[in-house]
Amino acid sequence: MGSQQTHENNGSTGTWTLKTGLAQMLKGGVIMDVVTPEHAKIAEDAGACAVMALERVPADIRAAGGVARMSDPEIVQRIMDAVTIPVMAKCRIGHFVEAQVLESLGVDYIDESEVLTPADEKYHVYKHDFKVPFVCGARELGEALRRIHEGAAMIRSKGEAGTGNIVEAVRHIRAITESIRALADLDERGLETKAQEYRVPIELVRQVAKDGKLPVVLFCAGGIATPADAALMMQLGAEGNFVGSGIFKSADPARRAKAIVEATTHFRDPKLIAEVSRGLGEAMRGLTLESIPAAERLAGRGW
Amino acid sequence: MSKLPASSSLARDARPLTARAGVLGLQGDFAEHLATLERIGVEPVDVRRPEQLDTIDALIIPGGESTTIGKLASQYGFIEKLRDRTAEGMPVWGTCAGAIFIAKDVPGHPHPLAGLMDMTVERNAFGRQVDSFEADLDVAELGPSPFHAVFIRAPLITHVGRGVDVLATLHDGTVVAARQGRLLATSFHPELTRDERFHRYFLSLGKP
Repeated sequence: MGSQQTHENNGSTGTWTLKTGLAQMLKGGVIMDVVTPEHAKIAEDAGACAVMALERVPADIRAAGGVARMSDPEIVQRIMDAVTIPVMAKCRIGHFVEAQVLESLGVDYIDESEVLTPADEKYHVYKHDFKVPFVCGARELGEALRRIHEGAAMIRSKGEAGTGNIVEAVRHIRAITESIRALADLDERGLETKAQEYRVPIELVRQVAKDGKLPVVLFCAGGIATPADAALMMQLGAEGNFVGSGIFKSADPARRAKAIVEATTHFRDPKLIAEVSRGLGEAMRGLTLESIPAAERLAGRGW
Repeated sequence: MSKLPASSSLARDARPLTARAGVLGLQGDFAEHLATLERIGVEPVDVRRPEQLDTIDALIIPGGESTTIGKLASQYGFIEKLRDRTAEGMPVWGTCAGAIFIAKDVPGHPHPLAGLMDMTVERNAFGRQVDSFEADLDVAELGPSPFHAVFIRAPLITHVGRGVDVLATLHDGTVVAARQGRLLATSFHPELTRDERFHRYFLSLGKP
């Protein structure tokens, strides 16, 4: 093989293509929060495309209060050993050592997550330094682009985790997709203004304006409790769903998990969604946003 | 525009390779395959129901999670229909998870799979995501210039039966692309690059 013909990434690991590529493989799927190897098996059997290994689901983190940190590596490892699908784990915002620890364990994706208590009030993890890919939460387009610029290879809406209430996730997905559409109408000067407002390079804003989509995969997270919630987010432009407390805080997790997977695949098929929604038992109880004091809301964490 | 005689080889090559090609759209990176098909001038079909298999001339099973795709496919009755269509001669190509889906032997796989192609495929054989890699491959069928391949939590073809041709290997001899008649398997993702040669090659398998 001549050297001129060799691709610059020949033999490389941890490239942008590989990081964003794994997220492409997750599309159309459901990533489920699990706290034990048994949960992880239930999720895999239900058709989850990945699991998020946690010590506590967000609803319990919310109930417990105090400082929420990276999970015990023992729990993460046992979940990695239990399933063959990709395993993700969460680090605190800005806590790059938790991220290094998770990378050393060999997790497949790291979620730098507002569900945990932030460790740095100024900087998020500089994610280009890692071989493992990162997913980050966002409430609006500027936040999503700042995370991508720092190296996030996948974006999810923040929603309001642990509430079983879809309203914030809807707000965030709409904010992101509407802002992307609005870029299409802007001239070069308008794009420059947006780049300044978003605090990201103009090239990134130009690319989003041209493609009409983020340069990475966009999932929904935060508040999905039913198959209809999952399909709603897909119809609003999500490319897949994270479901946290909604599954293992419900009456029949195995059936609900399977139903949410089917509704995510066939999100434009109301008959099928009706069918899989029948007799699922009680959904997680849920919280209205008004009942949560501002200081206890998670979505405002990160910037 | 000048008219070409119908018998000329140029006219024959200008014909679409395959009129309508489907991509199994249950889960995974089906959109990238659909976009590639569209770029090379083939009508792409997002296949989510088994009866759609009757409306297409070739099918791609994309990358994704093989447990998820396998589970959804068997639940909705895809597998029997797919076996029928394959027996009728419809070309099928599996990329990564898709290669697992069409393999006859997948040790330890928890869900039912189509089992079309005579080979053994080992899942996640290269390790976890941090071990995912890119590599240039020599693929004689595609011509002299190397094909840049993207391997993501890739499976490995550990054994091929008689009648299966090896199309590409890594430097250590590991089989990463194989063909059996009109069945094609790659453990990497041509749909994630701009190189369309594998897609064109696959569509040419359907020619009489």
